[in-house]
Amino acid sequence: MKFPERWLREFCDPPLSAEELGERLTMAGLELESLEPAAPPFSGVVTARILGAEPHPNADKLRVCQVDVGGETPLQIVCGAPNARAGIVVPCALVGAQLPGGLVIKRAKLRGVESQGMLCSARELGLSEDHSGLLELDPDLTPGQDIRQVLELDEAVFDVSLTPNRADCLSILGIAREVSALTEAPLRLPRIDPVTATLDAVRPIQLAVPEACPRYLGRMIRGVDAKRPTPEWMRRRLERSGVRAIHLLVDITNYVMLELGQPLHAFDEARLRGGITVRWARPGETLPLLNEQRVTLAPDVLVIADEGGPVAMAGIMGGEGSGITLDTTDVFLESAFFAPAAVAGRARRYGFVSEASHRFERGVDPELPRRALERATALVLELAGGAAGPINETVAPEHLPRRDPIWLRSEKVPDVLGIPLSFDRILALLRRDFIDVQQNGGVVIAQAPSWRFDLAIEEDLIEEVARLHGYDEIPALTPLAPMAPLPVPEGERTNADVRARLVLRDYHEVITYAFIDEALERELLANAAPILLTNPIARNMNAMRSSLWPGLLQALQTNRKRQQARVRLFELGRCFLRDESADAAVPGFAQPLRLAALAAGPVVSEQWGVPSRPVDFYDLKGDLEALLAPLVPRFEPAAHPALHPGRSARVLLEGRAVGWIGELHPEWVQRLELGTAPQLFELELDAIRRRPAPHYVPVSRQPVVQRDLAFVVDANVPAQTLLDALRSEAPAWVRQITLFDVYQGQGVEPGKRSLAFRLTLQHDEHTLTDEEIDALLQRLCAQIETQFGARLRQQ
Amino acid sequence: MIDPDGLVESARQAFAAAADPAELERVKARFLGKAGVVTEALKSLANLPLEERKRAGAAINRAKAQIETLLEETREALARRRLEAQLAAQALDVTLPGRNGSIGGLHPVTRTLERVEALFRSMGFASVDGPEIETDWHNFTALNTPADHPARSMHDTFYLQGRDDVVLRTHTSPVQIRAMLAHTARHRDAASMPDLRVIVPGRVYRVDSDATHSPMFHQLEGLWVGKDVAFAHLKGVIASFLRAFFETEALAVRFRPSFFPFTEPSAEIDVRFTSGALEGRWLEIAGCGMVHPQVLRNGGFDPESVRGFAFGMGLDRLTMLRYGINDLRLFFESDLRFLAQFR
Repeated sequence: MKFPERWLREFCDPPLSAEELGERLTMAGLELESLEPAAPPFSGVVTARILGAEPHPNADKLRVCQVDVGGETPLQIVCGAPNARAGIVVPCALVGAQLPGGLVIKRAKLRGVESQGMLCSARELGLSEDHSGLLELDPDLTPGQDIRQVLELDEAVFDVSLTPNRADCLSILGIAREVSALTEAPLRLPRIDPVTATLDAVRPIQLAVPEACPRYLGRMIRGVDAKRPTPEWMRRRLERSGVRAIHLLVDITNYVMLELGQPLHAFDEARLRGGITVRWARPGETLPLLNEQRVTLAPDVLVIADEGGPVAMAGIMGGEGSGITLDTTDVFLESAFFAPAAVAGRARRYGFVSEASHRFERGVDPELPRRALERATALVLELAGGAAGPINETVAPEHLPRRDPIWLRSEKVPDVLGIPLSFDRILALLRRDFIDVQQNGGVVIAQAPSWRFDLAIEEDLIEEVARLHGYDEIPALTPLAPMAPLPVPEGERTNADVRARLVLRDYHEVITYAFIDEALERELLANAAPILLTNPIARNMNAMRSSLWPGLLQALQTNRKRQQARVRLFELGRCFLRDESADAAVPGFAQPLRLAALAAGPVVSEQWGVPSRPVDFYDLKGDLEALLAPLVPRFEPAAHPALHPGRSARVLLEGRAVGWIGELHPEWVQRLELGTAPQLFELELDAIRRRPAPHYVPVSRQPVVQRDLAFVVDANVPAQTLLDALRSEAPAWVRQITLFDVYQGQGVEPGKRSLAFRLTLQHDEHTLTDEEIDALLQRLCAQIETQFGARLRQQ
Repeated sequence: MIDPDGLVESARQAFAAAADPAELERVKARFLGKAGVVTEALKSLANLPLEERKRAGAAINRAKAQIETLLEETREALARRRLEAQLAAQALDVTLPGRNGSIGGLHPVTRTLERVEALFRSMGFASVDGPEIETDWHNFTALNTPADHPARSMHDTFYLQGRDDVVLRTHTSPVQIRAMLAHTARHRDAASMPDLRVIVPGRVYRVDSDATHSPMFHQLEGLWVGKDVAFAHLKGVIASFLRAFFETEALAVRFRPSFFPFTEPSAEIDVRFTSGALEGRWLEIAGCGMVHPQVLRNGGFDPESVRGFAFGMGLDRLTMLRYGINDLRLFFESDLRFLAQFR
């Protein structure tokens, strides 16, 4: 809500500066966005009457003007504006004047003719963007007056941001009421006298949907002159309120809307046929609007219709076919109350908002239409002439918004706010707010005014009390509450623990967008049914990610472009999958938190002490194992569309598939222009976060024996299967089986490899004998030899 | 006649001249060996009269003891010198960088998140989370924002194809509803309902993108429902949190009336640093208010027996202020040159 200071002060004029007033409004919830003078600073510009304008002897487009600026002799000024002509009054920058932007006016010769100043356009003074010609002022103005005073250019313009609940402040009257409530300065309401009808013409009105439009007032005014100019004062106020002046009749309706808050609509009486009906739109009805949009009206759009069909979207915008023009002589003025629910959201659905829809969907005072219509009629008669008919009001009182009395228990105010506040203070504050209050024991029975749509329950009144008392007056108190520990489950790691492990293993955390390119979902992740956004911010951000990898790969790309060879990243975030199971928090979607990591480039940062080599699968696997420890995952070879088929594995924890690890598929390395292949893993966070609490087992005092066994097996036999076979055959006193060497080459035939295991042996109760140990080793060897066709490798 | 003192002195010089233990042992034989000078001197006494022999013998034996002490000292000195030489040869250039010592870092927003969680945990607020694809009901309707409510235009919402009953959550407030419903269900049969005190950090989404708006950003929701919760406590909790977060008392906090459909009364919170790099104007930092009775009802509470307050603030904004970051987009660009500054 933008408005000039003087207009407000006409209605309520507290002894506060504009800045102080702005601060008070801000602290009452009407946030001051800006407070600026109506025009940028300039000096030395006065009103000037052009006495004569002769063609310039040396230039076709210039004129040499004789200008009266109030001095004894006229000034000679050269001017190029097309509208420079004798008789008009325009702004003139005198020699020495300083214009916005710093231009200083000097005496000059233009094509050989002396010029003693400059005649100005509106743009040159920073008043508007209009540079079509000189700014023509009221021709009756006396020359030589300071233009800043004449046009009230030093007045402040407020721009106040209003929350959706305070539609009652969308007018000068509303702001003035608020200022009065805040400052206790008196409210001076404009005197609005009923206009006596001099015609008896009436257009019938029918309210077909009284719950959507319970009040409709119409009035005919005949014989107006729409071509008369809008008076300067009205134009100025409109423009300083951010509303473009259009032509007189429209300007009057806008002026009354800004002044009182009632949106009005003026129809060209001659273009209406028969009675007015306020009804829902019918299937297939269309309407060309004043904003040159042609809309197909949905059945829940309320329309004003005449016998020919819809002529306006009720409370939103008029139709082009019934709008007034400069040739209009007869006007039908509408002033109505439309229920917020009947207007809300409709305009936005058609891709626009209007001043009217903005107000009606938030709530316009249902008692205002008659006063606003009288006010507008008086202005039309005064400024455009004509004769008015009587007001034809149709009303369905039972559908007007009800303002039921609200009970406010006086003890509830201190309970909610946390400060003592006396009954009298509460009553006084509410009265200042135009709320009708009565006391009944410890209860305030409050009747909210018709313009307050936001006051319905006890809490609403408490807010009003707090607001007017001042939020600043409520102290910041430390709450007292029972102390109780929050759970610290030891069987569950926190996200912070998980992150810290990866940070210590040299990974940087990233946060990437949850929406990615649909193409990556379909192709990289082979997701045939990606979850797509209706209104993505960009075409390549239109699908909800089902994996964190695309984000990490994009992050790798970004860093590669910035010459970062070694990139190690992780992200902890949600992924989104279709899921029809019943236990989903939001039906249809699984939204698991996952943890993913990516490593690319040299395994260690550049240094003297370790030879450099590219990070590989086993590096990442080691990081993953460290991350999960003490949980021990298993890895089974499996194919993933994003991964190198020979270098990818499914990660299992206690039989549950909890993620993937592998090297990016070479085709994707090429397609994403990554140079070298990154290693990736992704895990379900809930699986990682499990962490069994330790349980002590007594330490054996018996001596420890170590034995090594090396087997030569086919190279494609997974090491894990040998380990599993050994483990399943070994008794409990085989404490540990460690794969400590993998060898291919001399001494091992092609197609085979040697896997060497170190067994750590220790019995709980006795020292192991050679016989026991030898028997075990024989058994293990026999098992491996028969199961895998392996042979024991001679050391 | 041998001069015992001269003997000791010549032994001292001879030992000192020995370069290593082997030479020292050879020199020792010259003095103390079977044919050494000392032995010879003692032998030479045999011809002397008894009294003189006794005296001279004692003098030589003293000299012998002195020479033995000298020998021992020299042996130790040589051994020490040898060890020192050996250690000197083993010396490393300790200024060479250590192997493999690099570590990563947390995202700055996560740093903030972890500090914020710790601060609120210390005040008894547990951290909970909720889904990011959220039902329209949780995100809007249950928070007093039915379809077509003008307040919906305050949130530019992402929608999903084929599902008009869900949205990408526009704020963390829907988790208020989820947390309240879970709490009231859990304690339905309790003699008295314990207070509910939670914070909800999380990612939220709005159709908006420029230097100060990202289509995805982070919010922190807080909620306290209990018997004696009041607006003054909300002010106290927020102000003390903010001063603890920014680690300064030079922080003015002001509450300004505002509007949210799900709180009544509602407030916007501004902060102003009164010293330091951020000193100056009021900065909007959070929205808050007393939980609207209808929202309490939607969460399973009886608004006649409990009250609550709730607040929401931008974790990204807190992070930017804390670390002097001026462009929100940096958070989501994954540029290591940016991220590496936060270790």
